[in-house]
Amino acid sequence: MPEPPSLIGASPLRKEGRAKVLGAARYIDDIELPGMWHGATVRSTIARGRIRSITFSDEIDWSEYAIVRPSDIPGENVIVHLIKDHPCLADGFVNHPEEPILLIAHPSKAALLRAKAAIRIEYDPLPGVFTIEESEAAVESGDAERIMWEPNEAAGSATFGSANCFRQYQLYSGEAKETEAGLAKAFEEAAFIVEGEYSTGAQEQLYIENNGVIAECFRDEHGNIESLCVQGSMQCPYYLVHALTVVFNLPEDKCRVIQVETGGAFGGKEDFPSVIGSHAALLAMKCGHPVKIVYDRAEDMAGTTKRHPSRTRHRTALSKDGMLLGAEIEVALDGGAYTTLSPTVLSRATLHAPGPYRWPFLRVRSKAMATNIPPHGAFRGFGAPQALFGIERHMDRVAKVVGLTPEELRRRNFLRTGDVTVTGQKLHEAFDMNAMLTRVLKEHGYHEKLARFAEENKTSPIKRGVGFAAFLHGAGFTGSGERRLNSEVVLRVDKATAGQPARVCVLVSSTEFGQGTNTILSQVAAHTLGIAYDDVYLAKIDTAVVPNSGPTVASRTAMIVGKLVERASLKLLETLRTYSALPETCDRDTFFAATERYFAEHETLRTSVRYEPQAPVFWDDQLYRGEAYPGFAWAIYVAEVAVDMNTYQATCTRFDALQEVGRVLHPVLAKGQIEGGVAQGIGYAIYERCEWKEGRMMNNQMTNYIMPTSADLPEIHVHFEEVPSVHGPGGAKGIGELPMDGPGPAILNAIENATGVSFHSIPLLPEDIFERFTSLGHLHGGSEDIDATVDRDTEVEAPEVTV
Amino acid sequence: MSTIQITINGTSQSLDVPPMKRLLDVLREDAHLTGTKEGCGEGECGACAVLMNGELVNSCLVPALHADGASVCTIEGVAPSAAAEGEPAHLHPIQQCFFENGGAQCGICTPGMILATHHLLDKYPNPTLEQIKEGLAGNLCRCTGYMRIFESVQKAAQALTTIST
Ligand code: FES
Ligand code: FES
Repeated sequence: MPEPPSLIGASPLRKEGRAKVLGAARYIDDIELPGMWHGATVRSTIARGRIRSITFSDEIDWSEYAIVRPSDIPGENVIVHLIKDHPCLADGFVNHPEEPILLIAHPSKAALLRAKAAIRIEYDPLPGVFTIEESEAAVESGDAERIMWEPNEAAGSATFGSANCFRQYQLYSGEAKETEAGLAKAFEEAAFIVEGEYSTGAQEQLYIENNGVIAECFRDEHGNIESLCVQGSMQCPYYLVHALTVVFNLPEDKCRVIQVETGGAFGGKEDFPSVIGSHAALLAMKCGHPVKIVYDRAEDMAGTTKRHPSRTRHRTALSKDGMLLGAEIEVALDGGAYTTLSPTVLSRATLHAPGPYRWPFLRVRSKAMATNIPPHGAFRGFGAPQALFGIERHMDRVAKVVGLTPEELRRRNFLRTGDVTVTGQKLHEAFDMNAMLTRVLKEHGYHEKLARFAEENKTSPIKRGVGFAAFLHGAGFTGSGERRLNSEVVLRVDKATAGQPARVCVLVSSTEFGQGTNTILSQVAAHTLGIAYDDVYLAKIDTAVVPNSGPTVASRTAMIVGKLVERASLKLLETLRTYSALPETCDRDTFFAATERYFAEHETLRTSVRYEPQAPVFWDDQLYRGEAYPGFAWAIYVAEVAVDMNTYQATCTRFDALQEVGRVLHPVLAKGQIEGGVAQGIGYAIYERCEWKEGRMMNNQMTNYIMPTSADLPEIHVHFEEVPSVHGPGGAKGIGELPMDGPGPAILNAIENATGVSFHSIPLLPEDIFERFTSLGHLHGGSEDIDATVDRDTEVEAPEVTV
Repeated sequence: MSTIQITINGTSQSLDVPPMKRLLDVLREDAHLTGTKEGCGEGECGACAVLMNGELVNSCLVPALHADGASVCTIEGVAPSAAAEGEPAHLHPIQQCFFENGGAQCGICTPGMILATHHLLDKYPNPTLEQIKEGLAGNLCRCTGYMRIFESVQKAAQALTTIST
């Protein structure tokens, strides 16, 4: 019999795609429950201060409303993420604008607006800190008034944090003392020392469906709370289960969470549903009805998480032939008002800060600072885009100082197969950044353009340029994270019934929000079992039914959960071989025949597996050394830009994205993931700016927060190198976050190539370019009248070159 | 309250609604057609796009009163046999092409995107890439980066011209 065509690398139709194109997919706002009320959140209007009074105007008949105050919370007034410093409702004190203070519910949505306006809150304001620098300055100057966060024993942060600082890390490329000594020597002997500072802004996830949930609260005959059920738009149902157990002081099995069709997430529905889910559940408890809370766009943008703003400082020592000798890197993130996920975002930033290079000696110091801004949270890339922007902009600067091309400098210093990374991780799996660079520069026509644009720019008012960024992205949880998660996956065979042939059901808590979870996990199971794609389906994500396969984050679903599905499938085959005489080489018919024989003697057929590292994974949290990630994806992205010297608008005119991501499970979905991430990355680089005033986002509308439209984006060419990895199913690695890392630095490197001026911050908007050119005194300057080899912003020391 | 007469996906109905109620809410709440989505509520994202008398409109900006006497096509009316009950047997070629070519990821922009495509292909049966980009510029998609959507539209254009020739 001929082998059935492999499902790995095929592009079967998206599992839930039909419902989506018909408009039949039901998102949270499409769901109504009988007797359902609507909930709203009353939020702070100031950034920081004591709540002096709350008055309810008597124009409103408040008896029609349910009102939840902190004193109504049955458990702890806290939203638990990593620690417990984030109140569910502000109790007497607010730490950021838009902080939730009260919750109200009413049967009519329209009535809520009026009621919200009739609640008056008065404050005694206190001074706040709104940037990394202000937060640092408060600490340095000992300005107690502006210390807005302190470590706290009860919250579980005493051992990690310090005043205004949620967390710090120190990463050394070897034993600490030896590394310090090595660094001192490297800087002493260096032919070149190059310094630079780079910064990135906040970015809104801007999923097109806002955050929303519906909660129900069930009571026993004595009126005691028996259980909760919250359904909604989310990535990580078990995170919300955990949050509810704390707010309601209930055991896990009484807090049921269901994910419904989710209209985009990108990290923005990782930690935040714990907040809105707890709020809706409290209102449901109070009013005795199901309660729906769906934010409108303005509330979602002003009140929920964004990507952490960052500042990265590099100091690099090089030999005269451009070999990296050592580096000191400092990464600072703005975490917002509460800890939330900042320590893990910071960890990923720290580990990605050195980029894909060999460093004989290296030290990274990093910290997440507290500010009076709504807490920043997860967003695709999770700290890596910030840190990689720093290193990849810096490498272009270094190249210029050393007198090499950006290409040659990187070629001399790329990590190679078998190298050991700065955390001491040996790179066993084959990859070749030099070959990738050659390929993608050719695909893009980089060298030809470099020459042509240099000529054309002399006379053209539109300056064109090319640039690239090389990077890596760790897939899966950092360090010991995967072992701690101990994820579980279950496979169940459903007996044939009257209308339905036998099928295999995959039970995971890994959610679908557009990336293709349903499709790829079905592919992996069907492929491994030797059955058809249509024979497999995913169980509805309901924590009463599915095991905890970990959160749907960190590019871990395809690689980590996919591997678990593969192992569970192999185990299922083993069971059928042992008990039902499944032949060694089997196909779809023999598989289902064997399941029938199994069901003749057993009621149910299911297998379950838990995470096991595929290769020894060792990580030391104390020393911050070991295997940082189960696997890395490698990539080089090339951007072509045009800068209009009349309007100062930079546009990206072509983009090439080459990545090595192991086996590509589903080419159509994989391309879509990369293109979508690149588009977000282009937005991050040259369109999307959050305007802040005293910690409040001022442009919290789609009309004034500008994400790229179809008319703004260039052709995005996606290329894959496929080197199968042992860590993922069929050799796959994670790809979800990767495409967010490259566009920022690639585009700014291209803008430097186009204009001769080096920019160090994103987002880079026309007003920023205008301002820079004006301050350089070259209002109509082009590359010919700006000295490209001297950078005016940063000190470049070049000690004498010894021959 | 005013009574408006409105034809939705070929069925004429009269509805009692506040005159300034958004057509978006009339469709979702009064006609119980939840395929039309709200992304921004201010005319920026196109998630709520429907065809009104053949024109592409953002239903979040249309007061019910303006829809009085109009004929509206929502995503539920795009598939050929979209009867009142049950799933239609066939997808419209535009839907099929979005389905096959990765044009829908999270799917929240998809109903509006498909109606915008419908409108575009009515105007330009063989659109250039520039015309596609222009035609869809009022519909935001945060997932796809638009490339798969352009491909879906091109494939749909081919499929539709093959059908009609
Ligand atoms: S909801 Fe109507 S345009 Fe966004
Ligand atoms: S598919 Fe998610 S917004 Fe377009």
